Amino acid sequence: MSTQPSGPTAQAPYLRIENVTKRFGDFVAVSDVSLDVRRGEIFCLLGGSGSGKTTLLRMLAGFETPTSGKIYIDGQDMCEIPPYDRPVNMMFQSYALFPHMTVEKNVAFGLEQERLGRQEIRRRVGEILEIVKMTPYLARKPHQLSGGQRQRVALARALVKRPKLLLLDEPLAALDRKLREHTQFELINIQEQLGVTFVVVTHDQEEAMTLSSRMGVMNHGQIVQVGTPTDIYEFPATRFVADFIGSVNMFEGKLIEDEPDFVRIRCEDLGGIVYVNHGISSAPDATVWVAVRPEKINISREPPAPAGGVHQPEVGAGENTARGTVKEIAYMGDMSIYLVRTGSGKTIRVTIPNIARHTEDRITWDETVYVSWHAESPVVLTR
Amino acid sequence: MWLIVLFLIPFIIVFKISFSEVRLAMPPFAPLFEWLDGKLVAIKLNFANYAFLFTDALYVSSYLYSLKVAAVSTVFCLLLGYPMAYAIARSSPTSRTVLLMLIVLPFWTSFLLRVYAWIGLLKSNGVINNVLMYVGIIHEPLTMLQTDFAVYIGIVYSYLPFMILPLYSNLEKHDLTLIEAAADLGARPITAFLRITLPQSVPGIIAGSLLVFIPAVGEYVIPSLLGRTDQLMIGRILSDEFFENRDWPVASAVAIFMLGLLVVPIMLFQHFEKRTLEARK
Repeated sequence: MSTQPSGPTAQAPYLRIENVTKRFGDFVAVSDVSLDVRRGEIFCLLGGSGSGKTTLLRMLAGFETPTSGKIYIDGQDMCEIPPYDRPVNMMFQSYALFPHMTVEKNVAFGLEQERLGRQEIRRRVGEILEIVKMTPYLARKPHQLSGGQRQRVALARALVKRPKLLLLDEPLAALDRKLREHTQFELINIQEQLGVTFVVVTHDQEEAMTLSSRMGVMNHGQIVQVGTPTDIYEFPATRFVADFIGSVNMFEGKLIEDEPDFVRIRCEDLGGIVYVNHGISSAPDATVWVAVRPEKINISREPPAPAGGVHQPEVGAGENTARGTVKEIAYMGDMSIYLVRTGSGKTIRVTIPNIARHTEDRITWDETVYVSWHAESPVVLTR
Repeated sequence: MWLIVLFLIPFIIVFKISFSEVRLAMPPFAPLFEWLDGKLVAIKLNFANYAFLFTDALYVSSYLYSLKVAAVSTVFCLLLGYPMAYAIARSSPTSRTVLLMLIVLPFWTSFLLRVYAWIGLLKSNGVINNVLMYVGIIHEPLTMLQTDFAVYIGIVYSYLPFMILPLYSNLEKHDLTLIEAAADLGARPITAFLRITLPQSVPGIIAGSLLVFIPAVGEYVIPSLLGRTDQLMIGRILSDEFFENRDWPVASAVAIFMLGLLVVPIMLFQHFEKRTLEARK
């Protein structure tokens, strides 16, 4: 799922956020966030609008001061340092290119503030424009550029100062889909080439998944979970994360068997029992939620191989399966989405890759089908 | 259409008069065209009125003086108006409305009345002199009325809103993330202002300056009431020629020449606007 840029090595965190809280009047935008980002990684802050991710980013840039808590970059306390003295640069969502300056002037602006020599500025501007492939456009003004070109100039302008930390606020939001995919990989390339630590804010989970080496999911001003994209997708810590990243089928249930290496959960939604082959830590009889990703569910006309098949000897008869009717089929090209309604009225979402171009005997509307999954597929969530 | 009726026709009439000769009659000038049996027999163009403007030192010095007064007033309006417009544009939306109301408020009283009020403030036994003498800073009243100083005060005071309003409407549209971007790239607030805000407010500065400069050149009331008697501004000359000397042709020539002077900055401005517009394409 992730492209995993060259591995961040075990060392002291490069960026350390300690118990940072930011209040605007009564509103708590960021609530007691602690976070470590390592040198050279692409860290994504993922969250919906109003989750506090942008406020957190603005505190890193110095545009907002934390109400409490500390921010360290490379061991240096940042709280008293104004934005113009921070070793941090930001790429704005709107790009914020200076409309009255040419591409070259825009990129040179930051270096001019460092009072570098004319030659040195020219050389470094030329270098960075080469990297973002904007050299032919250096005499243009921002309004003469396309969205993708502006994005590159904004990136070049932020990178030319060789910041310790590059902050990117929704870097790809303004680009169309095709260009966005292309640019994602280019961003990763440039990041690897220059070795700058990136902190990216985004509301687009796909973007976060592709870009980041690690990511933090934010909700209501708090970081709910931090991990690699795989961790977050496969082992979400809460219902919010499971639901926010990708799509998921969530079944409420009661814990009926709780052993160190497996659990059984009775789900009214399914009218059956879910067997999960890993233990969880929860009080007995507690309400829990079983989350199963749509692509991890099989769909078949016959009841799935009776319990105790070769691979899943421990799954009992009728467990991890449900019977229902196909209500909706959405053909997406690379895959199809089936919506299956169970007897209890719960709709289960199943995605099946379209491996064969044409299947004679495809499951179709209003057929009675069985959905089933392996014992290791579900994640049991307690909150 | 209205422009033709209200602007072009009066202009043509004045333009015509400026080429005729003065006559003690009603109207007090000679006709330009001589008609005989419905045929045009002669056009008598009289350039003497224009030549007169340059030969008489009175006119030349009044023109120069008017330009100087207008230019200095414009600069002061800009220096005072820019920070005010900037502060209004950066204040919260609620206080912005109140502040803008305060800027426009003086228009609710008559312009003439407000200029008379300055006489009351500036005259020898006026408010300012009395207060200064009471406090003991001065012992003899300062002569403030009928000086250049009084004219500048009058013009700056009267035309300041015309500077502030276009500047405000420009500054208010600025994208503040550009300032943040500048700070992020290492620019201190003063550098960010000089390199980002100021260049982008040039159209507002030009518009405001023209709105102050152009009427200030032809200003009649303020210099008549507050100004020097030994050095007249061109507006005063104009009205004197019309009403005291009843020399309409010379008065018209004065007016036409003044118009010519003022058209130059307007044309420059339009040229500049067109260039920026074309650059945008």
